[in-house]
Amino acid sequence: MQEIIDGFTQAFQLIVTLNPELLQVTALSLYISLSATIIATLIAIPAGGLIHFREFVGKRVLITIIQTLYSVPTVIIGLLVFLLISRSGPLGIFGLLFTPTGMMIGQTILILPIMTGLVITALSGVDRNIRDTLVSLGATEFQSIAQIVREARFAILTAVILGFGRAISEVGVAMMIGGNIRGETRVLTTSIALETGMGNFGLSIALGIVLLAIALVVVLIMNLITSGALSDSDRIRGGPMA
Amino acid sequence: MIRLSGASRKFGERDVVSGIDLEIRRGEIFALIGPSGSGKTTLLRLIDLLDRPTSGSIMFDNSPTDGPEHERRTVRRRMAMVFQKPGVLNATVGQNIAFGLQFRGMQKGEVHEQVASVLEMVGLSGLSERRALTLSGGEMQRVAIARAIVTRPEVLLLDEPTANLDPLSTGIIENLIVRVNHERKTTVILATHDMGQGQRLAGRIGVMMEGRLVQAGEIYDIFHHPVNRAIATFVGIDPIRHGIVLSNDHNLATIVVQGTSIQAVTALEKGQQVALCIRPEEVTLSLPGTCAPASSARNCLAGTITRLLPYGPFTRVHVDCGVPLTALVTRQSSEELNLATGARVNATIKATAIHVIPDQEPESPSPHGTKDRQ
Repeated sequence: MQEIIDGFTQAFQLIVTLNPELLQVTALSLYISLSATIIATLIAIPAGGLIHFREFVGKRVLITIIQTLYSVPTVIIGLLVFLLISRSGPLGIFGLLFTPTGMMIGQTILILPIMTGLVITALSGVDRNIRDTLVSLGATEFQSIAQIVREARFAILTAVILGFGRAISEVGVAMMIGGNIRGETRVLTTSIALETGMGNFGLSIALGIVLLAIALVVVLIMNLITSGALSDSDRIRGGPMA
Repeated sequence: MIRLSGASRKFGERDVVSGIDLEIRRGEIFALIGPSGSGKTTLLRLIDLLDRPTSGSIMFDNSPTDGPEHERRTVRRRMAMVFQKPGVLNATVGQNIAFGLQFRGMQKGEVHEQVASVLEMVGLSGLSERRALTLSGGEMQRVAIARAIVTRPEVLLLDEPTANLDPLSTGIIENLIVRVNHERKTTVILATHDMGQGQRLAGRIGVMMEGRLVQAGEIYDIFHHPVNRAIATFVGIDPIRHGIVLSNDHNLATIVVQGTSIQAVTALEKGQQVALCIRPEEVTLSLPGTCAPASSARNCLAGTITRLLPYGPFTRVHVDCGVPLTALVTRQSSEELNLATGARVNATIKATAIHVIPDQEPESPSPHGTKDRQ
């Protein structure tokens, strides 16, 4: 019990004094996971759009596979990316193993299925009537897809935020691809794992609090947007997540 | 303007519309009328080139429309369709109306002007910045119409534009449709299940039943000379069945129906099984004993009132004259004649006001546009 109380006391000290190592780890976590989220968004929206708007053989099967991959274990993605980018792997020449870039790639692959799947769900939520209306108003295929994506913006934003949540909270990829190198690839989750193992509960608790605080901020922003407090769509488009 | 030849559309194995032959004339208001599920929406979608016909062809301005999608889009941009559900997007009223213009690459300034002018036309000035989803049903439908007409289409397609709207909104929208047709010479094709709306707005009417266009023509023809019993019922006539032509002298036929002898003008020959269509407003009621002597072109039948139904400013009077008749009289004459259930009256109908249709079993669908009289 005393251990936990001491841990919290130390954690608050670290946070209040803006401990440099804590800040550095937090910044790197945000940098890697935000980058992965942005890249995955840029892929998931067009990919989800294509899958939703085009009719093709195996569409149902593809969607089922995507949905299955929502819950792919992070260590499996870690293993896969490791095999691809390690020295002897097909992408070994780029030397991406144990780099932040490698971690971004891994997290992008990890969150791509859930984001693509939720984008498809978001687009299916737009009334079929809207699409007919746009086409009958003379929209090209691209113009109508762009408007429907815009119409589904709140649901798509949810997909983006869930993707970010999965990226920043995962350990498998960060550990296996990043290698938890201090000052280089050490992020919030891998630090917690390491510091806890070494008995530095104070730092672990501080890192955990920061991680939860990030989640809280994300949820607050999402609620703010979807509740219509930021009802002007133009402000949303320039908003923090999209 | 638009010509459909044998146009059909299947969904799976089911024919939703089949064998539609129809010509829409430039500048007219054409109403497609029929019960729900008769294929009106599907036909409008074919005309708007949203769907391709499974078979048959559609010509727009004498050009075929079966080309690749970009060619069809060029034609589609000369039309605009308003769907039954307004399909308003989660944006401002102004943004909603601007879509069609933006898709055509119009400059921002001009878009702004056009949107403002069309908002004025539909009576929603000043609502440009409102979020469209906060409008009432009637206002939303006006936004949908504004969005369609702002592109100045040559053809305006409307699918049940006033279904589920209150009478006031319906009136506003009907006026708008007539105005667009009048001022801009826009050809209007309107699908409705409301017979009265078709009658109020359209010059010509096409009646759809079970995916087929069963009759197309001038309003008067449809209302007074329906080609079969189904249409007769739909336009508000209860056909009197099981008649038989007893004799026919130069198109003035004597028909016996349920034991009563009635004179009517028809070319159908002796021995033909028929049904009689009599519009309630063509039946005149008078007190017993005041009946004018039956001339050769006038039927005078004595009967008993079985039922009185208020019908707007009129009263529908059901009279049993051996055959069931319905008369439409004003409230005032209803009071003057002291009409009441059980009272005796005389019903007078001109022979020319009785529309005679052949009544065979089973009923064969009639080819559209043909007339079975004279």
